[in-house]
Amino acid sequence: MTLSLKKDHKLLDLFLKSESVKTDLPAFSDLKAESRLVLEKAGFPVAKSEEYKYTNISKKIADTIENPNAPSPISGLEKVETQQELIQSIDGYRIIFNNGIPDFNLSDAADGLFDVDYFTDLDPSEVKEIGKIEKSEKDPFSALNSLSFTQGIKINIPEGSVIKKPLLLINYVKADENGSCIHPRVFIKAGKNSQATIIELSIYLNEETVFVNSVSEWDVAQNAHIRHYKLQDGHKHTLEVHNTGANVHRDANLTSVVMSLEAGMIRNNLSLNLNASNCEGNMYGLYLLNGKTHVDNHTNVDHTQPHCQSNELYKGILTDHSRGVFNGKIFVRQIAQKTNAFQQNNNILLSEDATVNTKPQLEIWADDVKCSHGCTTGQLDEEALFYLRARGIGKESARALLLYAFAGEVLDKISVAPFKKYCEKLVHERLGGSY
Amino acid sequence: MLSVKNLHASVEGTAILNGINLEIKPGEVHAIMGPNGSGKSTLASVLAGREEYEVTAGEVTFKGKDLLELSPEDRAREGVFLAFQYPVEIPGVSSTNFLRTAVNQVREYRGQEPLDAVKFLSLMKEKMKLVEIDQKLLSRALNEGFSGGEKKKNEIFQMAVLEPTLSILDETDSGLDIDALKVVAHGVNQLKSKDNATIVVTHYQRLLDYIVPDYVHVLFNGQIVKSGTKELALELEEKGYDWIKDEVSGTAV
Repeated sequence: MTLSLKKDHKLLDLFLKSESVKTDLPAFSDLKAESRLVLEKAGFPVAKSEEYKYTNISKKIADTIENPNAPSPISGLEKVETQQELIQSIDGYRIIFNNGIPDFNLSDAADGLFDVDYFTDLDPSEVKEIGKIEKSEKDPFSALNSLSFTQGIKINIPEGSVIKKPLLLINYVKADENGSCIHPRVFIKAGKNSQATIIELSIYLNEETVFVNSVSEWDVAQNAHIRHYKLQDGHKHTLEVHNTGANVHRDANLTSVVMSLEAGMIRNNLSLNLNASNCEGNMYGLYLLNGKTHVDNHTNVDHTQPHCQSNELYKGILTDHSRGVFNGKIFVRQIAQKTNAFQQNNNILLSEDATVNTKPQLEIWADDVKCSHGCTTGQLDEEALFYLRARGIGKESARALLLYAFAGEVLDKISVAPFKKYCEKLVHERLGGSY
Repeated sequence: MLSVKNLHASVEGTAILNGINLEIKPGEVHAIMGPNGSGKSTLASVLAGREEYEVTAGEVTFKGKDLLELSPEDRAREGVFLAFQYPVEIPGVSSTNFLRTAVNQVREYRGQEPLDAVKFLSLMKEKMKLVEIDQKLLSRALNEGFSGGEKKKNEIFQMAVLEPTLSILDETDSGLDIDALKVVAHGVNQLKSKDNATIVVTHYQRLLDYIVPDYVHVLFNGQIVKSGTKELALELEEKGYDWIKDEVSGTAV
């Protein structure tokens, strides 16, 4: 205990010394002061912390990150960007982050369908909204982001705006001798009756150890329909923590799909607050892991009002020494009658050394609700495999066919065709090869 | 075509087949009958290459090749087809995609060009008529939510598409009502030719009214204890299996 506490302080000391924390951002001084207090009091999670007991990312950061500063801005991004096959294939509005810092010079014009502003250009009333959905006290890494961000963006989708093309939030990452920690920050306000699809991904330009610690806050107004797709496909030395929080209002719908492939260690915290009646929150995830990759999805859906629905499906295929963690909290408050909340986590383990820790956590105070949860962890269905082989399909293809079918249920939740196609390609590559 | 000599097999250390001898020539239909637990399904599974069965002795040659050396997929590609007693439901794998993958991998093995989408579709259409299978079923995931009869029809449909030289029907009649039984049998009969052969594994004689066998073999304790023509099946239907059991134990004593 003493040892881990020491490490915990060491990590805090490390980050407090960073240039990012020292950068003066007067408009956000209250948020930063509060976040600092939270961190000084609670510290970073240690091995015994309940919320992080399977994912000791603090230790991983302490062991591998020496420089808490941000890397210097990547030069020549314009050129790099045109080479990205995925980005070329998707017709959308690109919003580019250069090592976590938004850069409008590289981004596309919004066609008047939405506005994007730097945090430093926000009105005082807008500044006040930042940090209200993802509160610093909720998670130490969320607090670290609030304390460390030096810029961020607010995307404002006005009332009634229907954005047909997806918004592409692309974060280019390249750690260098100046630093290896970045803290991207986004606030999205979706107005009444608006519709948008947001695709988020990081592109790593080298394989240096890097810590990406993002926070996204979503305010989804009445009858807004927002879809959010996130692709996590870095390299074996990425450490990532993503805190995403959403307030969902009356008749609104928020759908999140997270696909995790290559990484060192990832922790995704996703929480949906279903704040008014008849709204819907959907959380889907797919993780295909090999090597020593460790991916932890913690989700939290809070049914605070009646007649809301939440659907959750996370699926994983793991091999080698990889590890998957799933924790799904569902809260149904006493007045949230007629709630429908469904949760499912299914895993296939392809090797003896792969591990899954899964935990549903339902707390239901209302009595007229439909809630279900289930988790399974098993091997590939041998009987199905034999059936396919008995029809002349080779063992490797039969295996890939079955695994792909398993993963397909989550991929089908992606509605942007070129992005779905790209994700399918990545999954095929994973499942077809030596995976 | 198929020659089984002194075949012994066990599962998890328990011997199930204790010396099977069987010769099958092109154009023939053989029925394998026998009481529950006699080893009928095991024989079918061993021929198809199910891995939980261990062959402890004997040999099987198929068209001159050592069948036991081949993987399940290579046996299928060589022309062995097992119609499953319990076809597996596979959610997420579309019937059409599955069958096209199978057909083209079999064709590749035989050095034939793969079928393009158009040719494959017309092949499907042609064979669908044969087993009176509903096109809607084939747009669904493989066997998922199919009724017992639909699953068995789908087996025969797959058989029709893959055109095997040796078909092994493992209790295809189980769970079928008389109409479905007729449809399935009709399909099998249509596919019969002088170049291919069929093994019908069944507990009851009823299927053999529709698929008429040239030979009937009775399996008991993992051995073929009696062989005859279709009249033997009728005799079994009338008298049950006990007299065979008595006969076997009688000779043993």
